[in-house]
Amino acid sequence: MSKRVLLGLLLTCALTASALAQEPKTGGVINAVIQPEPPGLMMAMIQNGPTQMVSGNIFEGLLRYSPKLEPMPELAESWSVSEDAKTYTFKLRKGVTWHDGKPFTSADVLFSIEMLKQTHARARNNLAQVDKVEAPDDYTVVFTLKQPFGPFLGIFEVGSMPMVPKHLYEGTDWKTNAYNNAPVGTGPFMFKEWQKGSYIRLVRNPNYYEKGKPYIDEIYWQIIPDAAARSVAYETGKVDVLPGGSVENFDVPRLSKLKDTCVTGAGWEFFSPLAWLWLNNRQGPLADKRVRQAIMYAIDRDFAKDVIWNGLGKVATGPSASTIKYYTDDVPKYPYDPAKAKALLKEAGYKGEKIRLLPLAYGETWQRWGEAVKQNLMDVGMNIETISTDVAGGNQKIGDWDYDIAFTYLYQYGDPALGVGRNYVSSAIAKGQVFNNVEGYSNPDIDKLFADGAVATSDTKRKEIYEKAQKVLVEDVPVAWMLELQFPTIMRCKVKNLITTGIGVNDGFKDAWLDK
Amino acid sequence: MLSFVAQRVAKGVIVLLAIVVLNFFLIRLAPGDPAIVMAGEAGASDQVFVKQLREKFGLDKPLPEQLFIYVKGIATLDLGFSFRQQAPVAKLIAERLPATLLLTMSAFAISLALGVLFGTFAARFAGTLLDTGITIFALIFYAMPIFWVALMGILLFSVTVDWLPSFGYETVGANLTGLAHAVDVAKHLIMPAITLGLFFMATYTRMTRASMLEVKRLDFVKTARAKGLSDSVIQRRHVLRNALLPVVTLAGVHAGTLIGGAVITETVFAWPGIGRLMYDALLQRDYNLLLGVFVTCSVMVLIFNLITDLVYRLVDPRIEFAA
Repeated sequence: MSKRVLLGLLLTCALTASALAQEPKTGGVINAVIQPEPPGLMMAMIQNGPTQMVSGNIFEGLLRYSPKLEPMPELAESWSVSEDAKTYTFKLRKGVTWHDGKPFTSADVLFSIEMLKQTHARARNNLAQVDKVEAPDDYTVVFTLKQPFGPFLGIFEVGSMPMVPKHLYEGTDWKTNAYNNAPVGTGPFMFKEWQKGSYIRLVRNPNYYEKGKPYIDEIYWQIIPDAAARSVAYETGKVDVLPGGSVENFDVPRLSKLKDTCVTGAGWEFFSPLAWLWLNNRQGPLADKRVRQAIMYAIDRDFAKDVIWNGLGKVATGPSASTIKYYTDDVPKYPYDPAKAKALLKEAGYKGEKIRLLPLAYGETWQRWGEAVKQNLMDVGMNIETISTDVAGGNQKIGDWDYDIAFTYLYQYGDPALGVGRNYVSSAIAKGQVFNNVEGYSNPDIDKLFADGAVATSDTKRKEIYEKAQKVLVEDVPVAWMLELQFPTIMRCKVKNLITTGIGVNDGFKDAWLDK
Repeated sequence: MLSFVAQRVAKGVIVLLAIVVLNFFLIRLAPGDPAIVMAGEAGASDQVFVKQLREKFGLDKPLPEQLFIYVKGIATLDLGFSFRQQAPVAKLIAERLPATLLLTMSAFAISLALGVLFGTFAARFAGTLLDTGITIFALIFYAMPIFWVALMGILLFSVTVDWLPSFGYETVGANLTGLAHAVDVAKHLIMPAITLGLFFMATYTRMTRASMLEVKRLDFVKTARAKGLSDSVIQRRHVLRNALLPVVTLAGVHAGTLIGGAVITETVFAWPGIGRLMYDALLQRDYNLLLGVFVTCSVMVLIFNLITDLVYRLVDPRIEFAA
């Protein structure tokens, strides 16, 4: 089955290459699935996945990123970095207008940054190293950093730093601003209509600054809450695009084989979702490194990849996904070895104490994975009790450190300083919060390595630091890394050029066209 | 009759208040709050972010104060603001309520009409093959989970024969108006309404059958027969009418259950009603919205119960409007 998917991917790559060579055609409507229904479309205030997927076509950032995570121009047409790596100067594109016709200028950038610092936790963290932001003229923005910050050029994608229209938000109560539900951006598509519970309709921006783009007239984001019904909607031709994660994995091979269907795993390079098990390092048997290592040996991750994820994804080797910067696989290895796991548990003096496992309430695939991991751990003699919760309840328990083992997956945002360090450094231990260092791992060496890595200016130095950090972490097993996830996008082959950047469908409709 | 209605409404208000208070505390017993959910979805959180969200939702205030603010709002017909969806709760519910009413009322009508019809036939031909057939048919749909019936319906009518749309309220992007739009909505309504209706139909069938068999044995039926009335008149005017009382009672009770069934039906068929709104609000711990939906559903159930009481009187004139 995995071979078929692989073949499909190769075929898609070939098709994409040929599509690139074709002349784009204008016109047409694309029906895509959005799951779940976004709570709102104002990206500066809501940062969940569905919001980004729809609004990434309405709003824009200063930069886009290629699949290799190299910065590409968007609202900024060029940028330069000072020799001391502390001053970043962006030249904005001229002739860009908001959807209401007002010009986009550096004042909007300054306003957006101030707003995002208050409403966008990730942007605030990313901007922590910024000393000041200035706009010497309407089309220039200068960021001065307190100290060099290696991944700085990686924080300007639309989801991380969307530009907000100053003239519509300044002086208003942001949270109740009427434009939150009828967003105005600079992007290739304009918000037209939202029938709550049914669909969101975007229409072509006729004044878009890239002449000729976008090629598509309209996008309907269809809201279909049931996974099986989403598969049927594709099967019966009611939708053309199933973005990654729209259907359960076991439906992917079947849908991939449908006539005129193309599948691709591309478009997730920037996010690089990595799944792991939080291990509560603070208490009980898991406080012992040998027990955590035993867990790594006890779990058959190839089985999870081949059977539960239908061959999609890759077994993780450590805290960094292989698609992000400074990844190395030169780290201690943990192949599936139940005998070694049992020996380690014995050595650590584990006597069958009860260990609570929290699966992730994200649907069937995750539920099955929880069952498989439980089985693996019980096979080596661990006493596992599954605690079922919904997403909110699970997050609360994890944030309150009230768990032993818990499933999660997080995005890595292309750079260890942006999406890896936050889960392992001591300064990120804070009760009541999710997605920081909830496992309670504390190692001064790791703290220093991540601190040095963030401010190092040369690529060689950063590589050396992060490779060392990966080795230390993999030896210590603060969490049990499972898989680099892959969320295949399934679409009609007539949809061309949908995925051209490292964030894929999330800003992809700008380049997409229909080969009618 | 007016004083009866007035008294029932007054009692209804007290019940509603009790429901609000109970639900207010009940949903806060569930672990997690909207701030945790939103911080989780953002893929990043820090203390400032979660604190800001809690302040924004008013969750930093003591519980009794939060309750007081909410009840005060309800008293002025203000259901509050959903910060999660950045819109007033009343607006969100008003957008979705018509679709749910259309679905549940259609399902209700289908279930009641078919249930009473099948029940009458089963009772009339009790002990025959037809009776057994109807009983088995009813039990099958009573025993099968709604979501499964829904998925099988989709598989058969949408995927295999392609007669009916598999999801949604209308054909998106078709921009139909007038009669064409009504027909389009009706086509989308058929499967969800029948799926939801079949479950309840079974109960009404069983109840009508049992009740009619019981009434049939009573003396006044014998008298009617002795008077020389035709069998169909006896069945319709005497047996069915008297047998309907427990069915009407059950139908009144089902008003609330229908909303529960609508949650599943609306999810599978992507029907944009308040059942799904409630489910999403629950998962997202959108307290104001969830409470708002509960209040709306409670009001609907109270109204249904009032209507049931009034219908009793129509079905059986011996019942008086006593408070």
